[in-house]
Amino acid sequence: MGRTLFDRIWETHAVADTPGGATLIAIDRVFLHERTGAAALGRMAELGRVVRDPSRVFAVMDHIVDTRPGRGDGTLLEGGEGFITETRAACKAAGITLFDVNDPGQGIVHVISPEHGIVLPGLTLVAPDSHTCTQGAFGALAWGIGSSEAEHAMVTGTLRLDRPRTMRVQFDSALAPGVTAKDMVLSLIAKHGAGGGAGHVVEFAGEAVRALDMEGRMTLCNMATEFGAMTGLIVPDAKTFAYLAGRRYAPESFDGSYWHALTSDEDAAFDREIVIDASAIAPMVSWGTSPEQAIPVSGTVPQGPERAHEYIGLEPGAALAGTPVDAAFIGSCTNSRISDLRRAAAILEGRRIAPSIRKALVVPGSLAAKRQAEAEGLDAVFEAAGFEWRMSGCSLCFFAGGEAFPKGSRVISSTNRNFEGRQGPGIRTHIASPETVAASALAGAIADPREYVREEVPA
Amino acid sequence: MSAFPEPLTSIAVPILRDNIDTDTIIPSREMRSTGRTGLADGLFAPWRYTDAVTRTPDPDFALNRPEYRDARILAAGANFGCGSSREHAVWALAEYGIRAIVAESFAPIFRGNCIRNFVLPIALERTAIEALAGREISIDLEAQEVRSDAGDHRFEIDPEAKQMLAEGLDAIDLTLTQASAIENWTAHDRSARPWVYWEATA
Repeated sequence: MGRTLFDRIWETHAVADTPGGATLIAIDRVFLHERTGAAALGRMAELGRVVRDPSRVFAVMDHIVDTRPGRGDGTLLEGGEGFITETRAACKAAGITLFDVNDPGQGIVHVISPEHGIVLPGLTLVAPDSHTCTQGAFGALAWGIGSSEAEHAMVTGTLRLDRPRTMRVQFDSALAPGVTAKDMVLSLIAKHGAGGGAGHVVEFAGEAVRALDMEGRMTLCNMATEFGAMTGLIVPDAKTFAYLAGRRYAPESFDGSYWHALTSDEDAAFDREIVIDASAIAPMVSWGTSPEQAIPVSGTVPQGPERAHEYIGLEPGAALAGTPVDAAFIGSCTNSRISDLRRAAAILEGRRIAPSIRKALVVPGSLAAKRQAEAEGLDAVFEAAGFEWRMSGCSLCFFAGGEAFPKGSRVISSTNRNFEGRQGPGIRTHIASPETVAASALAGAIADPREYVREEVPA
Repeated sequence: MSAFPEPLTSIAVPILRDNIDTDTIIPSREMRSTGRTGLADGLFAPWRYTDAVTRTPDPDFALNRPEYRDARILAAGANFGCGSSREHAVWALAEYGIRAIVAESFAPIFRGNCIRNFVLPIALERTAIEALAGREISIDLEAQEVRSDAGDHRFEIDPEAKQMLAEGLDAIDLTLTQASAIENWTAHDRSARPWVYWEATA
């Protein structure tokens, strides 16, 4: 019987069995951020515990750092500055590499980890952040943990784990034009539920996955946690190695049999398999308060839990397209990378968002993505269209209690969560791809991005 | 936090919704320091208060009803604790006094956070939870049973989690008893995968 990529990573990292029946799994990298990482470092210091290998622990300021130009340590969140200064001091004391507020390498943890080559195929990487699964796009076992487990990983170099089950989600055939990785994962969660992947490591496979660039693969894996999975994973290929080669913490090249053996054998068995026809997927938009409550943009709102209808203010049978929106957000660890910004800008170029849009933001996922976008003139496109252009960070992906959308706003958002209050008390969030956000901002209402794509002009 | 209290007897406060996320259990704006305390007041803030700033209680929310005032057990639906990995969600529940959660299923990170803070996550069928919700129930961790006058239900928990909860064991201390296995593994791995270790690749 063949082995899966997950099997290979697990077996490489199995240190010992514990008397209680779990396995001690070696952890190659830990990545912290100021919102939950400071709690882990603070507690360790309190108990006199030390980081076993600080050279393999990284930290960044991304969650509550201000994203307005000219930022410093101050945040709009009352008391937020304490998280930043405490994290900085704790990292210094522990000897941990920190990407500080205005370090050129700063950005959202899951965006900058690949940019710096900190995540590599075949590694185990954890962070006290649920979207760490994003980095599974590089063929690493990367998953979110709590602060206590982060302490455990830093002090012992391991985590105690029960072996998860495996699932393969295979996207056959090719995506239709205007359909993206975000739509793929939303359609999976809509069909199989927000808990559909529970207890599993999900390997994404198939023609439509192989066709994605690395940034699309990150978007796909990013939402494995919204599927209830421990993490998502994609077998590394030439695109993976080409993306990482020569980056700051990565090898110069990935020649050698080790890297190319990081695969799932053809006869490998998974505990569960789901097959999806990618060509049948349409641009998706959430209608409710769970990522599983998502439908094709041209669809009508189905009957869901009463509470979801009440919160979002849409009755069963209502058309989603044409629903007026008050605000638009492009950002988050799901869709804030350079390719996301390019695709959204292509729709916005030479156009202006609807006058009814009261707040529209673009928050690049990293300062590197921001610099690249500015070199390409995308910032000017966004600003001319009526979007604010920000410094990088998590920003209004969630509401930390500082900056907010106007009271009662309905927001079209490239983020990963549409929970009640996620973007602020009473704020109604519709999650979608960056192009759907751009198109909806132009229309002032939820819109099908395919209606806004221009004909390609031959070079 | 001490070991799991045995047996735990309490009324099970019903919040029977699916996909209750950790933003709802403790909103980001309620996490005001880098520590693990001072969170109980913000527990379920979006549902518990009609105004989170003035802390005006919503009389319809279960935690505010007099019969559930001293509840130490929570009854909920599927995929409880989904969303953000913030351990503050469990710290807030524990500080409030909740020591066990009976739900149809749990999000994996939240479940792990529960074990490490000696809060017992119990997964049962929906029909069982609906029968138990709002009743006084008794949890016997040793026997892995939930008992009430509406019937008894056995629950599954892996042996390691059970031992950690029952004895109040710190996972780091447990793992450090295997420090030599970790040293040996690392020594071997340094030559097998030198790119993992900066000193070796510099």
